[in-house]
Amino acid sequence: MLDKLRHGNRLLWVSLLLGGILVLALFLASAFGAVTIPLPDILKMTLNKVAFFHFPVTWRAVDETIIFQIRLPRVVGGALIGAALATAGVLFQGLLRNPMADPYIIGTSAGAALGATIAMILPINLAFLGFGLVPMAAFVGALTTVILVYNLARVGGKTPLISMLLAGFVVSSLLGAIIAFIMSMSDRLNLDLRSVYAFLMGHVSVNNWGQIAVAAPLVIGGIIAARFFALRLNAFALGEEGAAYLGIDVERDKMLILALGSLLTAAAVSISGLIGFVGLVIPHTVRLSLGPDHRLLLPISALAGASFLVIADLLARTLLTPAEIPVGVITALIGAPFFLYLLRRSRREYTF
Amino acid sequence: MSGLQIEQVDFSYLNGLVLHDVNLAVPTGEMVALLGPNGSGKTTLLKIASGVLKPKRGNVSLDGSSLNRLSRQSVARSVAVVPQQFHIPFAFTVSEVVMLGRIPFIKALAGETTADRQAVAAAMALVGISPLALRRFDELSGGERQKVILAMALAQQPRLLLLDEPIVHLDISHQIEILERVRSLNREQGLTVIAAMHDLNLASLYFDRLVLLKGGRISADGTPSQVLTEDIIREVFAATVRVELHPASGLPHVVLMPARRADTQQ
Repeated sequence: MLDKLRHGNRLLWVSLLLGGILVLALFLASAFGAVTIPLPDILKMTLNKVAFFHFPVTWRAVDETIIFQIRLPRVVGGALIGAALATAGVLFQGLLRNPMADPYIIGTSAGAALGATIAMILPINLAFLGFGLVPMAAFVGALTTVILVYNLARVGGKTPLISMLLAGFVVSSLLGAIIAFIMSMSDRLNLDLRSVYAFLMGHVSVNNWGQIAVAAPLVIGGIIAARFFALRLNAFALGEEGAAYLGIDVERDKMLILALGSLLTAAAVSISGLIGFVGLVIPHTVRLSLGPDHRLLLPISALAGASFLVIADLLARTLLTPAEIPVGVITALIGAPFFLYLLRRSRREYTF
Repeated sequence: MSGLQIEQVDFSYLNGLVLHDVNLAVPTGEMVALLGPNGSGKTTLLKIASGVLKPKRGNVSLDGSSLNRLSRQSVARSVAVVPQQFHIPFAFTVSEVVMLGRIPFIKALAGETTADRQAVAAAMALVGISPLALRRFDELSGGERQKVILAMALAQQPRLLLLDEPIVHLDISHQIEILERVRSLNREQGLTVIAAMHDLNLASLYFDRLVLLKGGRISADGTPSQVLTEDIIREVFAATVRVELHPASGLPHVVLMPARRADTQQ
């Protein structure tokens, strides 16, 4: 009984805490930019949008436009990207039994980016079930890549760290080169090198609510669906054979989890390009503080990933104003040393 | 028919046939050791019995229902498996690992129930690891880990327990302890046990029935006294041994005879 209370309470309290941090991060990130808009004004104009509140308008109309038409979509987009990448990281790590499987490192992001790039230059504009061609193509690219890397990295029923990193690195590099090539060639896109660079380095490219309307259902739906796999991911900690002994339909669930991780990666990459390390840093930190039970790890990582990317994007926008640093640079500056530290710590596992 | 029924089972991996026409009936409450040289098919036969491998021909049923017709989940509610060793890459605590044994019973979004927690506590008590509950699994010794995995299997509250060389990496005191615990489960709770074993003498001491495999076929099946004879062991293992009687139990005790010595003594 005590155990259950402890478990339930922990999830509740940590969710409330991280939810509070996320709301705070969203407001903070909305306040800063080319013009600084005072936090109380943002709070009032947001509450005015909700029924029952009628604060007198003491701010400029243009401020309201900046908040609702420019900053909030971008900030919410950042939260969705962070939540999606962190959740995808947890899914891949749990399935591959490898705490270093991040969508960027294993090549899923690059696959999604290639799919998205091809969709962007195609002379057609299809929509399927309300979703545009870009996220669909990104999903196909992500899933194809993750299956390719998974099979390349697999040695005798296991996915050793070293072969996973190598396969992910080589496939990512190849796909990155193809993306850069396509983008450089394409007249249709009218892209200058700067936006190619922004896409490859990772950049929250959300500037309207329409993009949120596409990404949000995918990301939120994906996070909810992931929760259904929490216990099965716990079983996968015993390996595929051990999971089968616990009644898991291994082949079916493996495909479903890879597909779900690819979907989340694709949703994130379609609106941001290649942002690395979020899916590595966040799940690992959550695992260290709350333990490896996926029933906690999945929802908490999603919340923490959202705040992390909102703050990283705030830094990206404001550190060198008026210039913008790609947010992927910020996450890499934090994530890469972290990754090296993990690699160092796990050296027992990859000695030859 | 209650218990496990393996009928006319053939199984092959891509690189060749490993089980030929295996027939084995294990009534409820029996404690059976599978013996045989490396590659004789012991592990494969256990996997067939657990339902994770499907036979190419023949049928496997538990208490009258064919494993083929049951979902993996319902098989896992009756059959638990202890493999040789588990590596768990994440820092689960001992009680979290034992709770994994309840996965076949927990619905995807529901939490664990009082019954689940009771099953976990009971399994840890049976194996004698309750004091380790909050320790991290990856920081335990090999023998302690094997006990945790045994407790995890018992938390499944199985009718059939399958063990794949459960003591092969352990020191002798842990070997004896694991086998004692499994035997008392068998005696006191009527749990059906099938274990792949390498050590002929421990198999003789702890198991009622020994099944000897050679080249994927059952070549002997019976009590330790019927199966552990000098002739059968020479035939199956291609090793020269002398079989004596264990001083306390009176069961057969296999004494290895190095080839040269055996020659000079004859």
